[in-house]
Amino acid sequence: MSGSDPAGPSPPRPVPSPADDAARAAGAQTPLVEVTYLEAIREAMRAEMRRDDRVFLLGEDIGVYGGAFKITEGFLEEFGPDRVIDTPISEAAIVGAAIGAAHMGLRPVAEMQFIDFIAPAFDMIVNFAAKSRYRTGIGAGLVIRGPCGGGARSGPFHSQNVESYFANVPGLKMVAPATARDAAGLLIAAIRDPDPVLYFEHKFLYRRVKEALPPGDEIVVPLGRARTHRPGDALTIVTWGAMVWKCAAAADRIAAEDGAECEVIDLRSLRPLDADAIVNGVRRTGRLLVVHEAPGFGGLAGEICAQVNERAFEWLDAPVRRVTALDTPVPFAPTLEDWFLPQEEDIVAAARWLLAY
Amino acid sequence: MLDLHRFMVLTRTLEERLEVLFKQGHIVGGLYRSLGQEATAVGSAFALEEGDWLAPSIRDMGALFVRGLAPEEMLRQYTARGTSLCAGKDNTTHFTVPELGLLGPISPLGTQLCVLNGVAFAFRRRGTDRVCLTYQGEGASRTGASHEGFAMAAALDLPVVIVLEHNRWSFGTRSDRAAAVEDWAHTAVAYGLPARSVDGNDVLEVWEATGEAVSRARSGGGPGVVVAETYRMLGHAQHDAQRYVPAEELEEWRARDPIRRFEKVLLDEGFLSQAGIEEVHADVTAEVAAAAERALDEPYPVPEEARTRVYADPGDDPPIPWTRTDPVAGDYLGGAA
Repeated sequence: MSGSDPAGPSPPRPVPSPADDAARAAGAQTPLVEVTYLEAIREAMRAEMRRDDRVFLLGEDIGVYGGAFKITEGFLEEFGPDRVIDTPISEAAIVGAAIGAAHMGLRPVAEMQFIDFIAPAFDMIVNFAAKSRYRTGIGAGLVIRGPCGGGARSGPFHSQNVESYFANVPGLKMVAPATARDAAGLLIAAIRDPDPVLYFEHKFLYRRVKEALPPGDEIVVPLGRARTHRPGDALTIVTWGAMVWKCAAAADRIAAEDGAECEVIDLRSLRPLDADAIVNGVRRTGRLLVVHEAPGFGGLAGEICAQVNERAFEWLDAPVRRVTALDTPVPFAPTLEDWFLPQEEDIVAAARWLLAY
Repeated sequence: MLDLHRFMVLTRTLEERLEVLFKQGHIVGGLYRSLGQEATAVGSAFALEEGDWLAPSIRDMGALFVRGLAPEEMLRQYTARGTSLCAGKDNTTHFTVPELGLLGPISPLGTQLCVLNGVAFAFRRRGTDRVCLTYQGEGASRTGASHEGFAMAAALDLPVVIVLEHNRWSFGTRSDRAAAVEDWAHTAVAYGLPARSVDGNDVLEVWEATGEAVSRARSGGGPGVVVAETYRMLGHAQHDAQRYVPAEELEEWRARDPIRRFEKVLLDEGFLSQAGIEEVHADVTAEVAAAAERALDEPYPVPEEARTRVYADPGDDPPIPWTRTDPVAGDYLGGAA
């Protein structure tokens, strides 16, 4: 765990597994409902707004129109124009207003229509929100959420993964759910968190990922805790977001074809980073593959490699490898984008190389 | 009337003391003075009521004193004391003091308007009639954040008043080289906001015009802009000898010095005698000297403090008494449940 982690170093502990989650969900004695990743976000936000009237939303086209992806459809009708605010196309002003409202005790959830458009708000996020508590002692507990990621044929400005832009900014937290359960649980945890949280929802997963869940307000996924998506003892694959599903598919294929079980760790939170979960995985398997959808240069895989180097070098039986997007902007044409994005084939090839090392 | 005078004198006297301390090596970092602009800061802040909020810019120290800030707080800030409002982690006017309704700016310009919009929004959500006031130099008004802040304030019809301090200079560039406007009130017109230009060196006119905008905002009339025509009489900061400023222009504006002008009014109208004026200066000088002595006696923060307060600790952010009247059952603060 890095020195900036507010929780400080934590002892090794079991990482929650999907089986635990299912057991907990069953124990809740609430009828499960099959929801998509997108519906999980919507219902979590709705539940939190019903419970706490300090929570309000602001963003472009989120009210009357219901959001570019219809996540906030019906919210204006239910919560009214004081809590669902259509703003000008002014991302800096959106984040700025969220900071001021957070100072006053409200709980703003600001939407970036596409996470790419967070760039105009960069100053407000890294200089105002992230540094506020440090400089003045007054926190800025707010959430900035928006659709990230590629695969939807949306070109250079509607497909990016921006976590590395913000990774070097102390004071920020960042989450990137891969499952419907985490989409709900991380959003609720983010809204309740006293510090600014960037919430990256992967648009490729919106309607492709489904899960049977209890009503959203019963799920809270703590920030800073990774999750074992798939157990394994031969190789640890660390990833997050949509890549979790590609890594799981790659691991399934290797299990079927090679007879080796690869562990897939879904980080869920990118800051604070659950370095303990990564290090424990490496100490179990001796091999590490980091997969992310953003370009490799300056990407979070570099930080993960460095932390493993510092804390688990003696356990490594092979060099750490990365599979990332190409070091280019996100291209538009399907042939180009597919070549740009990490694919199952790439993950399988890198995993096999590591297993054979 | 007498308070207006005292706060302007306090601003200038304290800044002069800071300049002495700067030359003696006691000041950490830069020193930014507001010489010649004291009337704009003091007069506008006077238009606010208790419970209103104010976000200063770099040359608005006088406004902070009007809002109740103790002079030694500025001395602690500039000398980077551990006891300062920013605990030594940031400088100048960059502190936020909710009890005084002060929102600290950051160095990237125009941004505090965006944040103050959120404060104003929260006031309205709570059903109060509080007003927010902020400042921008005409240079800052060219930033994207400033334009977005105007757009948002106008779109949400927020109770925000913007005092645009037209002091002719943006660091080392004359503002008419960086913008093709002569009347800076046009900035407001573009967003459908009412604007009024005033003599920024006339404290009474600034007070009156800001009061008009504040009243309109308080009664639900939305944002307003006051353009204060003034002049930056010194360089951007102590390191800047402003050799690029024409001497005759400085002479011309020196004749319009806001404090001397107001003192003439006080004399003419019989509010103060010459002796009375001198007594104010002497009192304030003694007050500032004592405050400086106390501040200099205080220590720097201990090095380990550099690591603290990046994120909330458990127990931080308790229900905020000055804002939150209705903490919801179950405390959501202090981290994820």
